[in-house]
Amino acid sequence: MSQPSSSLGKDLVGLESLSAEQILTILNTAEPFKEISERRIKKVPVLRGKTIVNLFFEASTRTRVSFEFAEKRLSADTVNIATSGSSVVKGETLVDTARNLEAMRIDMVVMRHGSSGAAKFLAERIPSNVINAGDGSHEHPTQALLDMLTIRDHYGKIEGLKVCLVGDILHSRVARSNVFGLLALGAEVAVCGPKTLLPRDIAELGVTVFSRVEEAIQWADVLNVLRLQLERMEAGFLPSLREYNQVWGVSSAKLEQAPGDLLILHPGPMNRGVEIDSDVADGPHAMILHQVTNGVAVRMAVLYLLTGGAPDTAEAAKEGAEG
Amino acid sequence: MIPKMLIRGGRVVDPSQAIDDVRDVLIVDGVVAEVGAGIELPEGAQEIDANGLVVTPGLIDVHVHLREPGGEHKETIATGARAAAAGGFTAVCAMPNTDPVVDDPAGVGFVLAQGTAAGAARVYPMGAISVGQEGKRLAAIGEMVEAGAVGITDDGNPVMDSGLMRRAMEYAQAFDIPVADHPEDLGLSGYGVMNEGLVATRLGLHGKPNASEDVHIVRDLLLGDLTGGHIHLQHISTAYGVEAIRQAKARGVHVTAEASPHHLIFTDERVEGFDTDAKMNPPLRSPEDRDAVREGLADGTLDVFATDHAPHHYDEKEQAFADAPNGIIGLETALGLGLTHVVAEGLLDLSTLVHRMSVAPAQAFSLPGGTLAVGSPGDVTIIDLDEVWTVDRDVFLSKSQNTPFHGWALKGRARYTIVGGVIVWSVGA
Ligand SMILES: [Zn+2]
Repeated sequence: MSQPSSSLGKDLVGLESLSAEQILTILNTAEPFKEISERRIKKVPVLRGKTIVNLFFEASTRTRVSFEFAEKRLSADTVNIATSGSSVVKGETLVDTARNLEAMRIDMVVMRHGSSGAAKFLAERIPSNVINAGDGSHEHPTQALLDMLTIRDHYGKIEGLKVCLVGDILHSRVARSNVFGLLALGAEVAVCGPKTLLPRDIAELGVTVFSRVEEAIQWADVLNVLRLQLERMEAGFLPSLREYNQVWGVSSAKLEQAPGDLLILHPGPMNRGVEIDSDVADGPHAMILHQVTNGVAVRMAVLYLLTGGAPDTAEAAKEGAEG
Repeated sequence: MIPKMLIRGGRVVDPSQAIDDVRDVLIVDGVVAEVGAGIELPEGAQEIDANGLVVTPGLIDVHVHLREPGGEHKETIATGARAAAAGGFTAVCAMPNTDPVVDDPAGVGFVLAQGTAAGAARVYPMGAISVGQEGKRLAAIGEMVEAGAVGITDDGNPVMDSGLMRRAMEYAQAFDIPVADHPEDLGLSGYGVMNEGLVATRLGLHGKPNASEDVHIVRDLLLGDLTGGHIHLQHISTAYGVEAIRQAKARGVHVTAEASPHHLIFTDERVEGFDTDAKMNPPLRSPEDRDAVREGLADGTLDVFATDHAPHHYDEKEQAFADAPNGIIGLETALGLGLTHVVAEGLLDLSTLVHRMSVAPAQAFSLPGGTLAVGSPGDVTIIDLDEVWTVDRDVFLSKSQNTPFHGWALKGRARYTIVGGVIVWSVGA
């Protein structure tokens, strides 16, 4: 059983291996799909008869639900498998899981896994399409794609914009996918955070490094504020959440110093009062709910393209609406 | 009764006696009886025609994990000893990080007995430094040496308590054994799974900085100054570490050190694609580090070429990178890699490679062998320098296949491995 080849290849494992053209194809394909979600009947038959497994080894309601909406709006049959309360139990290896999925002749797997490289590992072992919904600290490509779509919605372009990722870059797959994708599209990229949470030699990727968020605010057109995992304190990366909020937290007082238009993104779920203050999250700079909406459209685009949909027929595909 | 053996007409390369010449080697009763030209074939002796082949003192690998007891699904002492013989090794030192840990004389006796029963390469047991390798109190060092241990190490779970390490280096001196250390500060390594640097950053894998190794290399060298004990530093992978050892040797610290084949050949770029056969500890590092390890092996700062043979079952390696265990197997590829990627590339001459693989390991661990001097054990490796062969992990005698060298073409291979005057392995056998 082989899948039709697509403009993206068989899988979407990460953005590092994609060209600017491929990334733009996804963003452009997402545009017509945005509109489907605004309809009274939010369903088109593009993936009718396709079976998709959402395989989540780590809990992530937000990402899983977004994928599930995208799949259902394209009329796919979906099954959710999560580590808790399912057959994916400790002891069953990723290889076994892959073989089981293969035996069930599913068309596509959306996987979240705690280990970097897990998506590639699975993609190399099954003929089905694999979409990485986050692997360890490696990549989370659909999140970066929806971030880029949101930036483009606002500024009309990506190229030449200054985007700074703020927070725990070391452990962040969102950060890596954004760095790769944004650089490919010609943005200027920076990272900002305590040095304990910045990966070694990150500047060699071609990004600017800021140690204080005030500098980032002076520089950037977009701040993408990352969630701070509360475990980082116990592991000794930080003294306290209070101090993190004071130094790296994005507050409206700090934003007042921004020289121009500054967009605030956050991949969610937010720790209000830690990396982002409520008045910022709910304020005029924040695009956070817009990101959530775009997440469904971007994931529809990826599903559509990976199953062999042609970019230029996405507009037509949405016209096949049921009912 | 061991038959006599005459190895006829080979190029004898014995750095211990500065011999590199065509000679015959006669082994009687398991020991070298004569090395010379035109030795007459004694009655009833087995004759090996070594014309065109190289005859060296038996190769010794001082760093192997044979996994028995407790990890027999990865390797057993018998399969490991046979893999060693197939790689041209006549003796190996078995690390004690088994389950249970070899930390008492009974454990040492078990490894010795299994090694003898295997009838392949000799197996010399290493004992643990600390009880259970827990780093809390000294293991039964004297009793283990009495039972046959040739050194002590907590390789696999290195000693973090520098005070305990000091005591080990003091205490071991009464027994004339080296204290071998896997130098790594586990706090600095954190949850690192590869070298810290740009590749790790891109792949989203956590890194171990060079400093995690360097801090303990320097610690151990300072403890060498303090105690006067013999420290043997295992699998050195950093440029700073090589230089620190070089300086310590110059000031008279009793230190010996290892270089492993993979650290001479690969850099952390090899991890690209999340290949778990590129996951080992210490990790593959930068090009500068690799070059420094090569330089260290060349100038003798790193005395010993040792594999850190670390078999793992394919189920264990067939996982996401961070979840897979550290280590690769090395016994059946080390000699070919040394000849192809060290000697043929001009880093060492043949005699010096033989020194690093035979003379130096024997000296570092006070093992019999490492020489073809009359009266020494009849342990001989006969090498065909010209044989071009392809590494095929599916035909390894090791129980495991975890090698990054599968499919590599190498030039040079052991033709016969002889232990105590008995052929324990030969090509085609
Ligand atoms: Zn080790």
